[in-house]
Amino acid sequence: MQRFINDPDQVVEDTVKGFVRAHADIVRLADNPRVVVAKTAPVAGKVGVITGGGSGHEPAFIGYTGKNLLDAVAVGELFSSPTAKSFHDAIKAADGGRGVVCLYGNYAGDNMNVKMATKLAAKDGIAVATVVANDDVCSAGPSERDKRRGVAGEIFMWKCGGAKASEGASLEQVRATAQRAIDNCRSVGIGLGPCTLPAVGHPNFSIEPDTMEVGIGHHGEPGVRVEPLKRAAEVARDMCGIVLDDHDLAAGTEVAVLVSGLGATPLNELYILNHTIAEEIEARGLTIHRTYVGNYFTSLEMVGATLTVMALDDELKRLLELEVHSPAMR
Amino acid sequence: MSQFLNSTAGDIVLAMADKIVENRSYLSEIDGKIGDGDHGVNMAKGFGMAAQRIKGRSLSLSEAMETLGNVLMTEIGGSMGPLYGIMFSQFAEVLDGVENIDPATFSAMLHSGLDGIQSIGSAKVGDKTLVDALSPAIDAFDAAIADGESFAQALEPLVAAAEAGRDSTRDLVSKIGRSSRLGERSRGVLDAGATSCAIILEALARGAQGRLQN
Repeated sequence: MQRFINDPDQVVEDTVKGFVRAHADIVRLADNPRVVVAKTAPVAGKVGVITGGGSGHEPAFIGYTGKNLLDAVAVGELFSSPTAKSFHDAIKAADGGRGVVCLYGNYAGDNMNVKMATKLAAKDGIAVATVVANDDVCSAGPSERDKRRGVAGEIFMWKCGGAKASEGASLEQVRATAQRAIDNCRSVGIGLGPCTLPAVGHPNFSIEPDTMEVGIGHHGEPGVRVEPLKRAAEVARDMCGIVLDDHDLAAGTEVAVLVSGLGATPLNELYILNHTIAEEIEARGLTIHRTYVGNYFTSLEMVGATLTVMALDDELKRLLELEVHSPAMR
Repeated sequence: MSQFLNSTAGDIVLAMADKIVENRSYLSEIDGKIGDGDHGVNMAKGFGMAAQRIKGRSLSLSEAMETLGNVLMTEIGGSMGPLYGIMFSQFAEVLDGVENIDPATFSAMLHSGLDGIQSIGSAKVGDKTLVDALSPAIDAFDAAIADGESFAQALEPLVAAAEAGRDSTRDLVSKIGRSSRLGERSRGVLDAGATSCAIILEALARGAQGRLQN
């Protein structure tokens, strides 16, 4: 493996240590070294906003800790849910007396650990509300949206939920806004090459040369089809088709667009995709309010990209625009 | 009716941890076929860590199980941390304060563990999870006791049913957890959780058999 690691079993510890050093002006570690906390948190009288998830998706999840975004993040092993204790400690670190909302993805481990952490927090007298992201179109059909995974749309959910909390909204209002933000998101991933957990040492799945996996998940979960790798413009049009056909937005709707690399795809290729994505979205009569292109939510060194489109309304637009100060988004 | 002492049985958990650590690569290998290949790594880490804390302390079975449950729940994460964590915590709770573990207590312990698992996960028999090994093993033990078999004898069908349940997962399509995303592609491979569960139950059964007194 051509990788910068010290010890395959210490990858997460080493990552978090270096992360906190790099961003010491924005974040700190809780007593639990698997919980990253915004230096501004907890804010008295503000609803706390947290998430948590497996590592290997950097800058997600920890990179979105900061002012007007996430107050605390529970950190799991690579591709593995944080413990209930870490979620619980993140809740405690974020609690400013008005309850805490936990905005997370739809994975079996996260669902269980958040459920247990919520019970533990109830014993501390902290009210916890949850929103489960399910923006990944290809992970289940339209009739089973509750089974879909949360992917890069989570960033918009955190952004809008975090901003709403900073405006002084109640726990229920923050929950409802974060829920609307994720309900308005659709995402799709295209995989061109697999990734390897260092402790395992070999890729857990394969993508044959000159092919692409359409609808791949953030841990290499299989997509809906494998097909020959096409020109970028055609791939971008396919991505838009999957996302927008599921979305069914009225002409004139304003949208936010997020094109994220999966870890090993160069930034220039994301811009190549984005050019056609923008054309395609506009061709459907939609208006692009804002575009984000970069490595916002990765999967170790997977080759590939994801597209997320969020439909906006006046409130979501205002929340998206609120300034933030976090390692991954400023 | 035969039974065994709670107070001197903590070493059963050590023997169990040895078996899990021994199977680290095997469990990861099966997991790698339809999961992300870290089941053995995480299980060995949790059970190994718990063994370090139990070793040399002459703990009772309930204390050793409580330690193991805590480690899994607070330090392992993923799906297996909370599931096995709650199972061992529930086991420990039933045994807490019990001097002699008889078949009725043993059965109550197993049922409570399964209830705990089903309170946080939603898996049923047939979903290709650890429940496919655990649930039939409990039923087999209860049935043998109801048929008048001894504690020692009843542990044999428990082990056999756990193994048969584990093997049954090979032909199942995963309904829950990460491998469920594979649909039909998950068929033909053992479930890693059911495999580790069969290992745990066998270690528990053999440990009990070696300590039974009349």
